[in-house]
Amino acid sequence: MRIAAIALNTFREAVRDRILYSILAFALLLIGASAVLASLSIGQEGRIVKDLGLASISLFGTFIAIFLGIGLVFKEIERRTIYAIIAKPIHRFQFLLGKYIGLVLTLLVTVGAMVLLVVVLAWAIDGHWTPGLLAAAALDFVALMIVTAAALLFSTFSTPTLSAIFALGTFLIGRLSGDLKIFADQFAGLGLRLIANGIYLVLPDLSRFQMGAQIVNGLPFDSAQIAGTLLYGLAYILMLLSLAIGIFQRRDFK
Amino acid sequence: MDPVIEIAGLCKDFRTGFWRRRVRVLHPLDLVVHRGEIFGYLGPNGAGKTTTLKLLTGLILPTAGAARLLGRDLMEVAAKQRIGFLPENPYFYDYLTGREFLDFCGRLFGLSASLRRDRIARLLQLTKMEGAAHLQLRKYSKGMLQRLGLAQALVNDPDLVILDEPMSGLDPLGRKAMRDIILQLKAEGRTIFFSSHILPDVEVLCDRVAILVAGRLQDVGRLDQILKTETESIELTLQHVSAELLRSLQGFTQTPILEQADGVLIRLPDEHRLDMALRMALAAGARVISVSPQRVTLESHFLREVQGAAR
Repeated sequence: MRIAAIALNTFREAVRDRILYSILAFALLLIGASAVLASLSIGQEGRIVKDLGLASISLFGTFIAIFLGIGLVFKEIERRTIYAIIAKPIHRFQFLLGKYIGLVLTLLVTVGAMVLLVVVLAWAIDGHWTPGLLAAAALDFVALMIVTAAALLFSTFSTPTLSAIFALGTFLIGRLSGDLKIFADQFAGLGLRLIANGIYLVLPDLSRFQMGAQIVNGLPFDSAQIAGTLLYGLAYILMLLSLAIGIFQRRDFK
Repeated sequence: MDPVIEIAGLCKDFRTGFWRRRVRVLHPLDLVVHRGEIFGYLGPNGAGKTTTLKLLTGLILPTAGAARLLGRDLMEVAAKQRIGFLPENPYFYDYLTGREFLDFCGRLFGLSASLRRDRIARLLQLTKMEGAAHLQLRKYSKGMLQRLGLAQALVNDPDLVILDEPMSGLDPLGRKAMRDIILQLKAEGRTIFFSSHILPDVEVLCDRVAILVAGRLQDVGRLDQILKTETESIELTLQHVSAELLRSLQGFTQTPILEQADGVLIRLPDEHRLDMALRMALAAGARVISVSPQRVTLESHFLREVQGAAR
């Protein structure tokens, strides 16, 4: 009940924030514009809508995850709203999990609105709907959950600006870390290969969650591979949240 | 007596500066607060009052020592179930309305929906906030936030209420209202532990006080005992005082003798000089109107403690 109360309050804070609506409106506008762009192509309309739609979801979802995530804990401490909360019978880990779940709920609603628009547009153009779109969006959502957990972790010990840089860095490196590993395996010497593999193991491999191209091109996808990716995502989220809780547990709210 | 707060050797260091130098802000503190007391925790700015209150509410972690609240260890989250806390200069979620915020606080205590509804209605009435309950907190004045802060501290019907500077930022009417509520809480059998700078309020409200200076406890005890043990001066009022007697009496005191409509007022530093002055005045045919010992006020006692600690 206590985690749910914090989560609902975090969700309420986000939905009463105009920034969220600005990002969402811009995202929906861009997805809508992809339909206009698609009409200029010949025979590729559905593919362009799905391609641009999934890219928009990923981009704007990341914006929301980072911009709301970096302030999750810092704002509470800076504005001293946390004083009245921690003094109540709530464990610090409950507070942190509540904040995380609240932001994930916000992401679910906003990403859900974007996915709905992409599905409707794709259906209007193709005349049938692509179930794979939902699978791709779901995987992308797990990637967003990782970025949110990373933003929350940074938010427990640094300022929003630094947290934004760290979270954005995690996202960008995470997107490229798959390529980094391939590059290291093929070309680098032993030392460099070890370093690259080390980085690959520590940082999240977000490229695993990008199934858009497969879906858009109508290629079959392996459910075991999807399940493995989901498990990887959940394990990574658990690790980030545990680290965040470990830091938060020892913090003094001066 | 039943102890509600038991503090044993509680202390706190903070690390500051580039080299993370360790600075002790609260020296080992031993203090006991009993059930049903209004306990005033006094000290100048930076004395360590808020640090103590933050330690008791789990906002900061102790460097050493221990404390028990309502019989439970400080570190047990369950100990907070029967405790209410009003932070200093409270700031709450400004996107919530007053009622939503109190409801949120009620949820954190695990209260049922019907209990929350009843309690919130009663607390809004107690703090005279019914008219503002539907407004978002960003529209609240400082005094309104303070009153809402008190309401959230009482949402769990606590046995122990910890208030950090509850009078700060309140106008005289607000202070009076806060004093009345604190007295009502005591009448209901609750224990109130509060820090304050506003000494006249402390003098009116508290059963016992503790004075903290530079992180060290200077004095603790019943207010009437602390103040009764010392008299600052004794005022003697006489009539029919000749000019010659007046000159002689001036020898007993450094303070100038005041000539008033009802006689002369002599402020004497101690009882020995009072005896001598009285004997001399009676022998010279003067009439004694009054002898009144001047009790030490909390303010002068407080200032003396702070200055003594500084030396």
